[in-house]
Amino acid sequence: MSEAFIKVENVCFSYKDDNDEDIPVLKNVSFEIQKGEFVVVLGHNGSGKSTLAKLLNMILAPASGKIVIDGLDITSDQMTDDEVYSVRQRIGMVFQNPDNQLVSSVVEEDVAFGPENLGVEPEEIRKRVDGALAEVGMTEFARHSPAQLSGGQKQRVAIAGIIAMLPECIVFDEATSMLDPSGRKDVMRAIEKLNKEKGITVIHITHNMNEAVNADRVIVINEGHVCMNNKPKAVFSNVSKLHQIGLDVPQVTELIYELKKYGITLPSDIIDIDEGAEALASLFG
Amino acid sequence: MIRDITLGQFFPGNSVIHRLDPRMKIILTVVFIVFIFLAESAVSYALMFLAVVLLLIISKLPLKPVLRGIKPIMFIIVFTAVINIFWTKGDHLLVEWKFIHIYAEGLLFAFYMVLRIVCLITGTSILLTYTTSPINLTDGIEQLLAPLKKIKLPVHEFSMMMSIALRFIPTLIEETDKIMNAQKARGADFTSGSLLRRAKALIPVLIPLFVSSIRRADDLATAMECRCYRGGSGRTRMKSLKYKALDFIFLFITVLMCAGVVLINIYLPVLVV
Repeated sequence: MSEAFIKVENVCFSYKDDNDEDIPVLKNVSFEIQKGEFVVVLGHNGSGKSTLAKLLNMILAPASGKIVIDGLDITSDQMTDDEVYSVRQRIGMVFQNPDNQLVSSVVEEDVAFGPENLGVEPEEIRKRVDGALAEVGMTEFARHSPAQLSGGQKQRVAIAGIIAMLPECIVFDEATSMLDPSGRKDVMRAIEKLNKEKGITVIHITHNMNEAVNADRVIVINEGHVCMNNKPKAVFSNVSKLHQIGLDVPQVTELIYELKKYGITLPSDIIDIDEGAEALASLFG
Repeated sequence: MIRDITLGQFFPGNSVIHRLDPRMKIILTVVFIVFIFLAESAVSYALMFLAVVLLLIISKLPLKPVLRGIKPIMFIIVFTAVINIFWTKGDHLLVEWKFIHIYAEGLLFAFYMVLRIVCLITGTSILLTYTTSPINLTDGIEQLLAPLKKIKLPVHEFSMMMSIALRFIPTLIEETDKIMNAQKARGADFTSGSLLRRAKALIPVLIPLFVSSIRRADDLATAMECRCYRGGSGRTRMKSLKYKALDFIFLFITVLMCAGVVLINIYLPVLVV
């Protein structure tokens, strides 16, 4: 097997509280992510998942451990400024609050912000901006002000702003958690399209289980540890363990789980609504 | 109530004025102000008024909101007019009643002063705020001030701050509305009582607003860092500003008008009544 794109090895991180005491957030976290993968990171509030995201593009530095991105050790002391910016260009990041990440009062100017910082030529920026806006279906809003857009639209503009920097991987840090259901659906569709069509590696941090169903892999983080790291089916079939750490499972899985408690024989790895419907239908012959 | 506040109101459009380079518009505005203060005689005032009317026509702006722009300075206009009417002395006495003396010269001066103020406000607003998007305006300022970078003035940072402030005005207005509604739902009263009481009632609005703004600023800084922001050095722009022939034509006309007013002042001295 080839070298993993992102390799996180025994990473620890802690914040200081008001009394200057260390509060550990991540404890010995290790995992690998392959190029082109769609990985969902689950965990409830305070589990350290957002901290993890900020470590990946060097907004924060781990207390100990090693993070290697495409062969480059980003935790080494010898990182030059240029290398730091190249890591941030390759690993884009979309945050939770759509309002707090848009810089400009014109949509297309905002999308151009990243490439402008990278010193890209004006004609090339124009091309990238138009391409990125088309990619997320926001072309017709290019001249609008972000204030006129809905949450989902703003978030898609934020995604376009990252795409315009031509990243290889995008980390979505709870990017859907503040959106209404339709905005969330649009954003999820844009994310999936980026992963499938452009081969961009996606790390999607969320606490919405339904968004994890179609992932290639699910990493569950609890109290700073990686407690599960497997295919969605394998993770969600472990209903009792997820409940123990305070996480839900997709509604279908929950239903099947409850039915099984009453002794009804059903497969335990159902995470998809259609699958669930079929399994139930087959019960009645 | 809070939604009525418009700052640097911009009317999108595609007129000749809209298409002027923002840097040139700032220069033109300065020249135009000089022009207005040079005007002294009836002919120059007529020229000045004509210039503003022409600006209004070619900018294709709706008349109503432009006129409404005069409202906030109504007090200054009335004050100036009153001062000029009652305190100007001349040869042609019109009204004499007790201590009040109104001269024809006073009326004329008042008229000229009002005309001057109105032309100053509408002219500069048409040239700048009404026809230039805030982002173009900050770009223009940044590039005009670029030479000051040589003496280590943070020109780029200043314009970045301005454009971020402009970007967040609607967001913060929305937020203020939300907080006010939340406080109203808890029984806060913003509309009755003495001025002091009402000012005090605003404290529970301002504190959450400040806290959330600081949090926003922190988030935004992280997001900007993630997008490789590192100040002005090595940064390119998608739209670089370029002077066009049109810009120089406008500059030429405005400078010509200035020169004209100076000549009028010399050869057609003040024509009063």
